[in-house]
Amino acid sequence: MGFEINGKTYETDEEGYLVNLAEWDEEAAKYLAIEEKVEMTDQHWEVINFLREYYNDYQIAPAVRVLTKAIGKKLGPEKGNSKYLYELFPYGPAKQACKIAGLPKPTGCI
Amino acid sequence: MQMLHIVNKSPLDRNALDSAMRMAKPGSTILLIEDGVYAVTKGNKAEGQIKEAMKNCSVCALWPDLEARGMQDTVIDGVKQVDYNGFVDLVAESKSVMSWL
Amino acid sequence: MEEDMSGTVKKFAFINRKAPYGTIYALESLEVVLISAAFDQDVSLVFADDGVYQLKKGQATKAVGMKNFSPTYRALEGYDIEKLYVEKESMEARGLTTDDLIVDVEVLDAAEMAALLEEQDVVLSF
Repeated sequence: MGFEINGKTYETDEEGYLVNLAEWDEEAAKYLAIEEKVEMTDQHWEVINFLREYYNDYQIAPAVRVLTKAIGKKLGPEKGNSKYLYELFPYGPAKQACKIAGLPKPTGCI
Repeated sequence: MQMLHIVNKSPLDRNALDSAMRMAKPGSTILLIEDGVYAVTKGNKAEGQIKEAMKNCSVCALWPDLEARGMQDTVIDGVKQVDYNGFVDLVAESKSVMSWL
Repeated sequence: MEEDMSGTVKKFAFINRKAPYGTIYALESLEVVLISAAFDQDVSLVFADDGVYQLKKGQATKAVGMKNFSPTYRALEGYDIEKLYVEKESMEARGLTTDDLIVDVEVLDAAEMAALLEEQDVVLSF
């Protein structure tokens, strides 16, 4: 499975997550966001970039509780709460944002 | 009953027994199963260690495993032999169980 | 564990005694630990024998083509898993000190480790 943008192909698993993290780019993110029916804004990108950085540091996609806390620490309490994150990613910030960020499905994701 | 430590590796092949002995609190029970039963047989390198452990721990071995290996007649005195029901009883009576994989 | 665990906090210890990469134990343990964090239990991680090698700094797995999961130990704090213990005898037998380890740990000697294990409600071995 997968998709193609401007001649570049991206492989995905049966749930639509990118198989190869290194293939991710902004174009892929935009495509995955459309698939998830998420309209990307600067606030969305901020979370996506945060997730990519988190993955780069720790080699895992964080559970939503951990993501919320870590965002609060870095971007302030007005963003580090589930209300804010669920407004951006209504179907679950960890699951949906991770998919757009090209990360694997979070471990222990409920 | 205090903790039950289960060792299933031969003492000459792996360090599981050494580690279990080192980190078992006095008063706990050590149960040897599978290849672990070689430790409680006379003349094995672990004999001294088993005798030392019996001073403050209860040492048990699963006799079906001893028998399967033909070691039933060389078991060190003082080692308590249990069958599968005895194994279950030990697990049920113990506060917690740790397997030294 | 047949009893209903809702609302009761139990002491869980994950015992890691295998080196990383050679077997799947270390990675499997880490995944179970991360999942267990969702259940708000009192979790301790113990590293003994070759398990101490899991925490060695400087792991670089590119050439062997495996995922380097050692940075994930640094994420545990964010999951509120802050009790990491290393057995002194195991660490010393491998020529390591806490300076060689990727995370802060508490070093316990064998007798202290025995006491810690005895305190646990559930011990999970990897």
